[in-house]
Amino acid sequence: MGTDDIIKIENLNFSYSNSETGKTTEVLRNINLNVRRGEFVAVLGHNGSGKSTLAKLMNAILTPTSGRVLADGIDTADEDRLFDIRSRVGMVFQNPDNQIVTTIVEEDVAFAPENMGVPPAEIRKRVDYALKTVGMYEFRRSEPHHLSGGQKQRVAIAGVLAMMPDVIVLDEPTAMLDPSGRREIINTVSRLNREEGMTVILITHYMDEAVRADRVVVISDGQIVRDASPREVFSQVDELKKIGLDVPQATELAYLLSKDGFDIKTDVLNAEECTSEIERLMTQARK
Amino acid sequence: MITDITIGQFFPAESVIHRLDPRTKILLVLVYVVVVFFVKSFVGYMVLALFVISCCAMARVPVRFILRGLKPIMFFILITALFNLFLTSGGVIIFHWWIFTITDEGLRFAVFMVLRLLFLIMGTSLLTLTTSPILLTDGMERLLSPFGKIGVPAHEISMMMTIALRFIPTLLEETDKIIKAQSARGADFDSGNLVRRAKAMVPILIPLFISSFRRADELATAMECRCYRGGKNRTRLNKLEYGRRDAFAWLIFAVFTAAVFATNFLFAF
Repeated sequence: MGTDDIIKIENLNFSYSNSETGKTTEVLRNINLNVRRGEFVAVLGHNGSGKSTLAKLMNAILTPTSGRVLADGIDTADEDRLFDIRSRVGMVFQNPDNQIVTTIVEEDVAFAPENMGVPPAEIRKRVDYALKTVGMYEFRRSEPHHLSGGQKQRVAIAGVLAMMPDVIVLDEPTAMLDPSGRREIINTVSRLNREEGMTVILITHYMDEAVRADRVVVISDGQIVRDASPREVFSQVDELKKIGLDVPQATELAYLLSKDGFDIKTDVLNAEECTSEIERLMTQARK
Repeated sequence: MITDITIGQFFPAESVIHRLDPRTKILLVLVYVVVVFFVKSFVGYMVLALFVISCCAMARVPVRFILRGLKPIMFFILITALFNLFLTSGGVIIFHWWIFTITDEGLRFAVFMVLRLLFLIMGTSLLTLTTSPILLTDGMERLLSPFGKIGVPAHEISMMMTIALRFIPTLLEETDKIIKAQSARGADFDSGNLVRRAKAMVPILIPLFISSFRRADELATAMECRCYRGGKNRTRLNKLEYGRRDAFAWLIFAVFTAAVFATNFLFAF
């Protein structure tokens, strides 16, 4: 076991220069972020906020321009330990089609352990575990193109799980899925965190996905603007709107009601909390 | 049209032939191709037919299924037959009209050529019909790996084939989507002469190419994230292992080959 912070980002800056115009674009500025083992962190930000870049910096696909990123205590700038970093920090991307390598589900899940030189018997155990964890075990002999988007994305998650990583980073895993696929993935991810104790970093621009997290980190314009519990973050509707983000529908409703002078709590996160608040208001009004 | 082609298609079933090691099957097919070219008599072709049909029976692949796959290439077989029929000189002339001459040698050649092509295709498609693509590429990788020393990138070739197979359905789906999108914008793919139709393909191919490159880029990143570093130190989930049945297959094949060569000496017809 390494350090308590599985991901440690210190004074990170990241910029890239366009080779044609020679202009330098700053993507991330002065980022400090620690993620503890077992935590479920959601990173929120709209398009172009730099949140995907942040994800890629966590497993050394990109390296910082200045500052440093430590994955389980290993500096991601250390090229000799690239595979140690990548096997500890698993990454799931947006498009499930473009991350499945082979023509049979179980062969694809076996891809990472095969690359790592794990003995065949152990690969079999890991593949079965990973597929059962994401609920795709009965599809192990299927061909990926016969699966739905949500199922394919679950296979992609299993493919990363089979590496036995310390943390899974999901870079907008639901962006290309339909609502039922999105629900599948978010349920899988939060179950992974709750039941398997997996550290999860979920990068998204869907507010209602961030609600399930322990902590929400809001990125705007390459900087961290908020880092708190979902309840705290979403109660500040004005602030979120200013940086171009929405709030969950239930929160928005409560917010609008309170703006109209109703005495309602504005830190509700989901439909149930919102309805019970409105019920409370209505019984009060009747009295 | 695309669904008509059975060559290269996998026919999933439980059979002895399906369970043979892919390496055995690949090598046997290679030798089979050579043997087919050595058949010199009709009796030899009968032995060949018997062999292929009993292989189909053992593999539980209906012969009908293979024959249906021959349809798209029937045209080429016919052309080859006609060329042989009319352009072979020598032998006794059995038919002559204007510039067309058929000799008994020509007739014999034409019939042999058709039979040869038919049996070649039937035999080789039996390989792909009974071997899943993943086992096929695995087998190729293992067979080619001894040539790694002289610079044959066995692992890379098989990885490329795997990825190609994996992306065929994805890209077909995408092509379909692009065709619909372009049709919705008023593109016309079905009228005009050949040049016009070929030109109409450009607005399909360009988006398809661009998206393929993007996919390749994303896939490469995803593979790197899963610790891919080429074939070095790589282990496999399912290891290929030769069994008793592989030795048995070679034995049967040896008998068959001997029978074919025997017919060459015993029968002139």
